[in-house]
Amino acid sequence: MHLTPSGLSVPGPSRRTILRGLGGAAALGAGIPLLSACAGSSGSSDPKTVSLGSNSSDAVPKKAFADVYKAFTKSSGITVNVNTKDHNTFQEQINSYLQGTPDDVFTWFAGYRMQFFASKGLATPIDDVWSSIKGNFPSAMQDLSKGEDGKYYFVPLYTYPWAIFYRKSVFKAHSYSVPTTWSQFLALCKQMKKDNLVPIAFGDKDQWPAMGTFDQINCRTNGYDFHMSLMQGKASWTDKKTRATFDNWAEILPYHQDGAVGRTWQDAAQGLVAKKAGMYLLGMFVAQQFTKAEDLADLDFFVFPEIDPTYGQDTVEAPTDGYMLSKKPKNHAGSVKLLEFLGTPAAEETYLKGDPSVVAASTKADTSAYTALQKKGYDTIAAAKHLTQFMDRDSRPDFTSTVMQPALQNFVRNPKGIDSLLSSIERQKKTIFAS
Amino acid sequence: MTAPITGTGSGIPSTPEAAAAPPPGTPGTTASPARRRIPRGHRRLLTRRDRITLTLMAGVPTILHVALVWLTALASIALAFTSWDGIGFSSIKWVGLENFRQLFTENPQFWPAVQHNAIWLVVLLLIPTPLGLFLAVQLDKKIRFSRIYQTAFFLPVVVSFAVIGFVWQLVYNPDTGLINSLIGANRPGHYIDWIGDPNLNLWAVLVAACWRHTGYMMILYLAGLKGVDPSLREASALDGANEWQTFKNVIFPVLKPINTIVLVVTIIESLRAFDLVFVFNGGTQGTELLSILVTNNIIGESSRIGYGSAIAVVLLLISLGVIIPYLISTFRKERRA
Repeated sequence: MHLTPSGLSVPGPSRRTILRGLGGAAALGAGIPLLSACAGSSGSSDPKTVSLGSNSSDAVPKKAFADVYKAFTKSSGITVNVNTKDHNTFQEQINSYLQGTPDDVFTWFAGYRMQFFASKGLATPIDDVWSSIKGNFPSAMQDLSKGEDGKYYFVPLYTYPWAIFYRKSVFKAHSYSVPTTWSQFLALCKQMKKDNLVPIAFGDKDQWPAMGTFDQINCRTNGYDFHMSLMQGKASWTDKKTRATFDNWAEILPYHQDGAVGRTWQDAAQGLVAKKAGMYLLGMFVAQQFTKAEDLADLDFFVFPEIDPTYGQDTVEAPTDGYMLSKKPKNHAGSVKLLEFLGTPAAEETYLKGDPSVVAASTKADTSAYTALQKKGYDTIAAAKHLTQFMDRDSRPDFTSTVMQPALQNFVRNPKGIDSLLSSIERQKKTIFAS
Repeated sequence: MTAPITGTGSGIPSTPEAAAAPPPGTPGTTASPARRRIPRGHRRLLTRRDRITLTLMAGVPTILHVALVWLTALASIALAFTSWDGIGFSSIKWVGLENFRQLFTENPQFWPAVQHNAIWLVVLLLIPTPLGLFLAVQLDKKIRFSRIYQTAFFLPVVVSFAVIGFVWQLVYNPDTGLINSLIGANRPGHYIDWIGDPNLNLWAVLVAACWRHTGYMMILYLAGLKGVDPSLREASALDGANEWQTFKNVIFPVLKPINTIVLVVTIIESLRAFDLVFVFNGGTQGTELLSILVTNNIIGESSRIGYGSAIAVVLLLISLGVIIPYLISTFRKERRA
C-alpha cells in the first residue's frame, strides 16, 4: 500500500505534472496486484521466520492458533508470520493464491480438496515430516493425509464429527430413547411430531447442509466403498443404490423443518436451542450456537442410525482441518520444523484449550480437559471403521458447488422428481469428471 | 447521404456541429476556404509538449480501455471454447462448442436463468418505471414537503444492492422475518417460504428490486420534468387542455430523451442484476440469473473457467442483441436530425 500514487503529492502541481503523476499512478496501478501478491511472503527469505497463510478469521480459532504459533516460536526460535484472510475469501481465492506466491505453509482441508492441489503440483510432499509424526495419528488420519501418489501432503490438526444432535432434557421429559435403527428412528420422528416438536431441524439456505444429510443416509444405505466411489465420480447417480438413498431420505423428509431452503443453519440450530426441535443433523460446530453454559451442557448427540445391517454404523463423517506446504516454500527447513511441531499432541492440546468445539486429530493428545461432548466426539471418531470428510471435500468442488448443491435443494423442496433429477446429475457429472 | 448534410449546412449554419468541423473529409467539399483555415491555425498553436500531453491524455485511457475492456472481453470469448481449471496455462484444452452444448442441453439452471433475466426486465419496465413517472409528476407539482418525499423515495437508490438484499432477506426470513411474524406464517404447517420457494422467491426479490428502481426512475423523470419549458404548459392551458391532456400530448412527448435513458438504464439493470439476489439467497432455485451462474462457475474453488466464460458469452450476446438495435436507431435519428 505504500506504493500508492506518490506523483499526486508533488507540491504546487501544474496541470502537466498532475497529468504526469496520473500516468505514473496508472502504471503503478497496473503493478499493484502483482506487488501485493508478493507482499505476503516477502518476509520469509530469512531462515528465522516461516510465513503461514490462514483461513481462521473467526475470533475464537484465530486466538487459539496464535497460541499454538507462540508455543512453536518459544521452542524453536523461529517466528511464524501469519497472514489471516477471511474464511470464505481464502477458500474462493485458493486457486490463484497457490499459483501466485503463497505463504510457506497454509491451512487447508483433508480429502479430495487436498489431493487436487497435490496432484496439480501446487503443494510439496512432506514425507520427511511424517517420518517423525506418524506415531501420533491413527491409520485413518494417515490415509486422509496422503495424496493420490501415496505421498504425504497434509498435517491434520483437529476434526469434528457429524451426527444427530439433541437435548438430553427434551429426551428425558418425553422419555425418548436414542434410536439405533432406521425403524426406531422413524418411530421417534413420528412420536415427536405428535408431541408438537419439529422432529428434525433443518436449514439449507447455505446449500451445504443437505450434502451432510445425503452423506449420512448414503453411507448407511450403501456403505463407505460405494459412497466414496460415487464421490469420486465412478459409481453412477442413476444406480439403484443411489436411488435407494434418496427413497430413504424422502421417507424422513416430512419430519424435517418446513421451509428449509430459506433458512440458515444458525436459525435452524436456534430451534434446538429453544427446545422447539427435537433433533438436528449437523457437525459438532452446532455447539457454537449454544451460548449459555447450561444449554451447552444439555447438548448431546448420537450417530446416524443403522439402515442396512451390512454396514451398521461403521462410517463417521469427520471433516479434518490442518496444514499443507506450498509448492516452493522460501524457508523449507523452517516449514518442516513448524509442520513437525503442528503434528505433535502438544500443539493440538494448545489449540483445543482455545477452541473447545472440536477434537484433536491425534490419538496421543491429552483428553482429560475435554468436555463431555468433546469426549463423545473423540470416542466416536476413534471407534469409526471409516472416516469420510464431507461431500464437498471428498468430491470435486466444481461438481458439488455447481451441480449437487442446486440438485439437493431441488430434492428437498420437491422429493417427487427423483429419477429425472438423478439422470440430470449423472449427465452433468460425466461432463465435469471428463474434463 | 449528401442531401441531409448540405441541408444542415445551409439551413442552420450556426449549429456547433458545423462550426467545429475538424473531422476531416466530412463536409470538406462544401465548406468555404475560410472555414478550412481555422483548424490549420489550431494545429500551429500546438507545441510539442502539448502534443505529448494530448497523446498521453488520449493514449493512456485508450491503452487502459483496450487492456481492461477489449482484451479481457476477447479473452473471455476465446476461453468459452475451452476447458480450463485456472491452474497454469498449459491446462487450457480446446473443446470447441462443447461448453455451449452442455449449457443448452444439460444445465438445468441455464434456461430458468435466461427466463428470470427476461422476467426481471419486463417487471422493471412495467411496474417501477410508470410508478416512478407518476411520483415524479406528483412531486413536480410543488406540493408541500416535496423535498422530504423526494428524499424518502430516492433513499433506496443510495443504498447499495448488497445492503438492500441483506435488509429484505431479514424481512422475508421464514422464522423471524417481519412478514411471516405479522401474518403468523412462521409456525410449522403454515410456513410461507419467501426465500426458498421457487414460485415465490423471484417475486419476493423483485419487490426489493422495484422498491429501489422506482426511486431511480423517479429522479430521472423529475430531472426531465424540471427541464420542460413552462411556456409549453402555459400554451396548452391556454388552448384549454386539461391536466391529463397536457401530460399526454405535450409533456410526455417532450420527455422523449429521458424515456430513452430510462429504457437503457432498465435494460442494463436487468441484465446485470446480481448483487441483490446473491446476497438474498445466493441465486438458488427459482432465482437463478445468468450473472450468478457465471460467478458460481468461475469464482471460487469450482473454477470451471471455460464453462463460466461460455455463459458470459451468452450474456454478452443478449446485451448486444438489445444494445446494437438501440444504437443503430439512435445514430440513424441523429444523422437525420
